[in-house]
Amino acid sequence: MAIIVVEVMLKPEILDPQGVAVGAALPRLGFTFAKSVRQGKRFEIEVEGTPTAAQMADIEKAAATLLANPVIETYVVKVQA
Amino acid sequence: MKVGVITFPGTLDDRDALRAASVAGTTAISLWHDEADLKGVDAVILPGGFSYGDYLRCGAISRFAPVMTKVIDAANGGMPLLGICNGFQVLCEAHLLPGALTRNKDLHFLCRDQKLVIENNSTAWTSDYTKGQEILIPLKNGEGSFQCDDHTLAQLESEGRIVARYVGENPNGSRNLIAGITNERGNIVGLMPHPEHAIETLTGPSSDGLGFFTSVLKAMVK
Repeated sequence: MAIIVVEVMLKPEILDPQGVAVGAALPRLGFTFAKSVRQGKRFEIEVEGTPTAAQMADIEKAAATLLANPVIETYVVKVQA
Repeated sequence: MKVGVITFPGTLDDRDALRAASVAGTTAISLWHDEADLKGVDAVILPGGFSYGDYLRCGAISRFAPVMTKVIDAANGGMPLLGICNGFQVLCEAHLLPGALTRNKDLHFLCRDQKLVIENNSTAWTSDYTKGQEILIPLKNGEGSFQCDDHTLAQLESEGRIVARYVGENPNGSRNLIAGITNERGNIVGLMPHPEHAIETLTGPSSDGLGFFTSVLKAMVK
């Protein structure tokens, strides 16, 4: 069994008000290390066995059409053993 | 003339949209997301709400509903299509309109009467307004900030495809105060505020919203 991970982030030029709000909350808790925060999404997709090239191509397609909106977001696909 | 209003699971404003369409003088027909059948309607409205719970992204799952394949085909063929609020988000997710709607800049869900200026009165949904006309209709959403890349923005501006802009302070961080846009052909319009909630002064802040629904009747009769 393998887990395919798709991470989705808003493009850098798109305003991320949630990330900004988290970034503003950190110093209130005494954490002063953060210059900025961006918030994203992570999908974990379980597949039987080792993912095949065809499955990876399908995941790529699914990421581009459903999991992420390429107008405002970028994504990366990774396999987790 | 028949106007269809689609109900998805989680849609809220379908009844007001149906009523607005019938007050404007059209025959309003209810359409169901799970049936790939437009029942012979001449125009379609995607109403507001939280279709599919806004899961994943607003409008992202509705876009793949069985009825949407028919809607997309018909709209590409020139059928008038209006997306209000969540409907606008569906139109962007379906790539029928450019850009995307993201979280309001201050993260608050807004619910208020909003002044808009109509900038393009040559679409199927805005011909009953005059260019530069100011209208007052409700705005209620959490993800209404219109975003697109610089190239798309320049294109929308130069082609006159911005249908309506917010008047006064920017309520949600939308680029260039954009409240609504249209496609090149002018048959598809997406609008964040709600004209269907402002068709009678008994329940709305004005009757300024009725023009969207009378415009489409005129467009079909022509």
